[in-house]
Amino acid sequence: MSKELIKGNEAIVKAAILAGCRAYFGYPITPASEIAEAAAYYFPTVGGTFLQAESEVASINMIYGASSAGLRCMTGSSGPGISLMQEGISYLAGSELPCVIADIMRGGPGLGNIGPEQGDYNQMVKGGGHGNYHNIVLAPNSAQEMCDLTILAFELADKYRNPAVVLADGYIGQMMEPVDFPETAQEAPVKDWAARGDAATRKNVITSIYLSHEALEQHELRLAEKYRRIRESEVRYEAYQVSDAEIVLVGYGIVSRVLKSAVDMARHYGIRAGLFRPITLFPFPTQQLAEISMSTERFLTVELSDGQLVDDVRLAISRRHPCDFYSRMGGCVPSTEEVFDVIRSTISHPAECNEAMAVPMGLHAV
Amino acid sequence: MYTIVQQRPDSIYDLFERKDGDQHVTHYCPGCGHGVIHKMIAECLDDLGVQDRTILVSPVGCSVFAYYYFDVGNVQAPHGRAPAVATGIKRSRPGSIVLSYQGDGDLAAIGGNEILHAANRGEDITVFFVNNAIYGMTGGQMAPTSLLGQKTTTSPFGRTLQNEGYPMRVCELLAALEAPVYLERTAIFDSKNNMRTRKAIRKAIQNQIDGLGFSLVEILSPCPTIWKMTPQDARKWLNENMIPYYKPGVYRDKTAPPTKSIVTLQAASGSSSAASEAGQTPATKVPADNAVEPSSPPPAPSRRTARKEVPLVEVPSLLGIRATERPGETSGSAALLGNYNERSRFFDSTVSPAPPRSEAGFFPSTVPEKYQNPQIKIAGFGGQGVLLLGEVLAESGMLSGYRVSWLPSYGPEMRGGTAHCHVRLSQHEIGSPLVSRPTILLSLNKPSLLKFLPEATPGALIIYNSSLIDEPPVRDDIETVPLSATEIAEKIGSPKVANMVMIGGLMARTHLLSKETVFAAIDALVKNQALIELNRRAIEAGMQAVLELEAVLQS
Ligand code: SF4
Repeated sequence: MSKELIKGNEAIVKAAILAGCRAYFGYPITPASEIAEAAAYYFPTVGGTFLQAESEVASINMIYGASSAGLRCMTGSSGPGISLMQEGISYLAGSELPCVIADIMRGGPGLGNIGPEQGDYNQMVKGGGHGNYHNIVLAPNSAQEMCDLTILAFELADKYRNPAVVLADGYIGQMMEPVDFPETAQEAPVKDWAARGDAATRKNVITSIYLSHEALEQHELRLAEKYRRIRESEVRYEAYQVSDAEIVLVGYGIVSRVLKSAVDMARHYGIRAGLFRPITLFPFPTQQLAEISMSTERFLTVELSDGQLVDDVRLAISRRHPCDFYSRMGGCVPSTEEVFDVIRSTISHPAECNEAMAVPMGLHAV
Repeated sequence: MYTIVQQRPDSIYDLFERKDGDQHVTHYCPGCGHGVIHKMIAECLDDLGVQDRTILVSPVGCSVFAYYYFDVGNVQAPHGRAPAVATGIKRSRPGSIVLSYQGDGDLAAIGGNEILHAANRGEDITVFFVNNAIYGMTGGQMAPTSLLGQKTTTSPFGRTLQNEGYPMRVCELLAALEAPVYLERTAIFDSKNNMRTRKAIRKAIQNQIDGLGFSLVEILSPCPTIWKMTPQDARKWLNENMIPYYKPGVYRDKTAPPTKSIVTLQAASGSSSAASEAGQTPATKVPADNAVEPSSPPPAPSRRTARKEVPLVEVPSLLGIRATERPGETSGSAALLGNYNERSRFFDSTVSPAPPRSEAGFFPSTVPEKYQNPQIKIAGFGGQGVLLLGEVLAESGMLSGYRVSWLPSYGPEMRGGTAHCHVRLSQHEIGSPLVSRPTILLSLNKPSLLKFLPEATPGALIIYNSSLIDEPPVRDDIETVPLSATEIAEKIGSPKVANMVMIGGLMARTHLLSKETVFAAIDALVKNQALIELNRRAIEAGMQAVLELEAVLQS
């Protein structure tokens, strides 16, 4: 067996190094600190750079520098730290610099707590910094996917010259599961657009400033075209038991794991439930959900946030059907039984009632 | 005023093609210091032969467009972040020459933290800090270096001590740090000071070429446009107002050979009289660093030499990834990435979950059905090794061929009080790793038993530490096994291995895990050989205790 029982956070670090990443800059924060700790050990071990920056503001700008210099590089943080990075992320997107950012989401606005939540959805998926841009956002739901999607994140980041985010919650980050790592390490690609400090790249300039209005508009249109291509080619998702489903549950990350168990439980009791799990949050699998909504009328979005994911689900199904919504927050994660109860009550309500039910049921359902 | 007429340095473009409008002249105002400083830097780069290796980080401010002019690698940084960006570049390309070019608002206000820490780390970079006591590009707002009484658009009544505090002296501030190797303040206003500036620029770049560490040159520079003066008057104002407060001189030089003498530095020409007029003591002597701190450590060796080259083939083993013999099979993530791509299409796995992987004969056929695919909750107080107990179960479960998951508890319990974790061992794919209804509860203390007993499914197996739990659990639909784990552990040598005694009890009762796999798991998780031995004995003692208990019950 080559499988290793490992925390998702550590799997990210090993995967990054296997993907050719040799520079990590970050600032510790629970529940993402294992990333910085593992990086502090493994990056120097393989001849790479690990630096604990003075702040997340500095970390993301060191990433800006390392990416400008043509390295595969990454940082990791959680909600409050990600908020501080937003300026830098906007610059990275504007200057079209690839990098990988792991966000291991924690609870609450403000200091909140260190429990798992999914409240960073909007700030990562919709672009929490200024200006028109998108991050590529991948949402793992196991330690294995923390590895696989980190590798994919590096590939997509370079392919599109764009920041890529591994968006997980505290549970996915700190849970241990067996991971099958690739047994060969990749060589990082050579980037001819970078400023590498050599004659070949001396004429290169990395910048996000376009002084003339027309030039900036052209630049933003170019970015928009890139995001269109990403939407077209990079959607990834998992659909489980949806073809005959009378109700499709939608969720990502740790929630999708609970939902899968809830689907099995519901099927056991004769309810034809299915699961739709977006693996890419940007690009969002809008088209695929729309197709499902042709054959399924009932949707239930479950998330550890106050209705962030459900907006995208509702857009995708174009209000052809209502989408119910169940939320837990503050570090609370619904149990399989809890979700099963919600499924039952959703199913037993006539369809026209569901718009009214589109409120956080977590408030009154226990 | 710097008018570019004839020969430009190689490191400056002949034609400024990145610029709109007239591409023969810079965008800087007549009489501005930036053009002069640019030319000096470019000439030094030429002289030192490092044009190809150089990467210039330009700031936000009037010099945001430095990349119009410098024929070197260029990176434009967010406001104030140039030292962090430069850090990222230099650490990534240790052989490059990284210059950070910043103004006063950029470096001393919004970027105060970045410059402080880059300097404190002794980053192997060169910083040119152009101080003109005002925000130029944005139209004359107050800078942290604006002088007391100075009127700006955001200090219309003049900067006051009460409201804005003292103007910030950056060289003096950074000189409080141990790491910088070279800090000097110069000025642009007459040929003598310009010469000194050129020398300082050259030295600061040379220091980086030599890998000595962090160098910064603060250059007092006129901004006639915003100061609303003629270039001539601006130079005069600089001399009479800035020089007395921002005294030119060397504030740190660890590059020179150590000497005990006080290095005498001349103030900028005319500054003595200007300072006297302003009622301040002119700075004719600035103690050089090596004089005041004869024992201060030598500059750190270049990071360039510290970097080790690791061949790619060695990387997986350095990460602890063991190779497996699986001829003809794409391994690990490569295969899974293939799956992701397939998942871009609909797939609907209505098929039953994967069959158990009992190929190695790991699944003991003796596991009673009620114990199969257990959902285990392990709970106790902090320090009882609850999390490690769970890890051993998950690791040995994995070695046995089960699908496994291990989830630690969150919340205030982590800091003292109780701790718990969720472990699943399954022959099928694991959905939720959360154990909300345990089929097996391992309880190491009384509060945890009281807390989690109600969650246990009907028919659940409860193994509890009877050394610390005096009353047996009361529920008639469960199976209980008392195990005096702490006492047994103490007999073996340490109450700390009570967690392993519990594992032994679980093994004897359920046959879920073989002794070989559990021992292998302990070998993998515990580094200390003596502890491994102790743990093994604890496991055996736990098994023994439960077997004896069962024998008693059967007879
Ligand atoms: S505003 Fe001042 S600093 Fe800016 S270019 Fe003009 S003179 Fe130079």
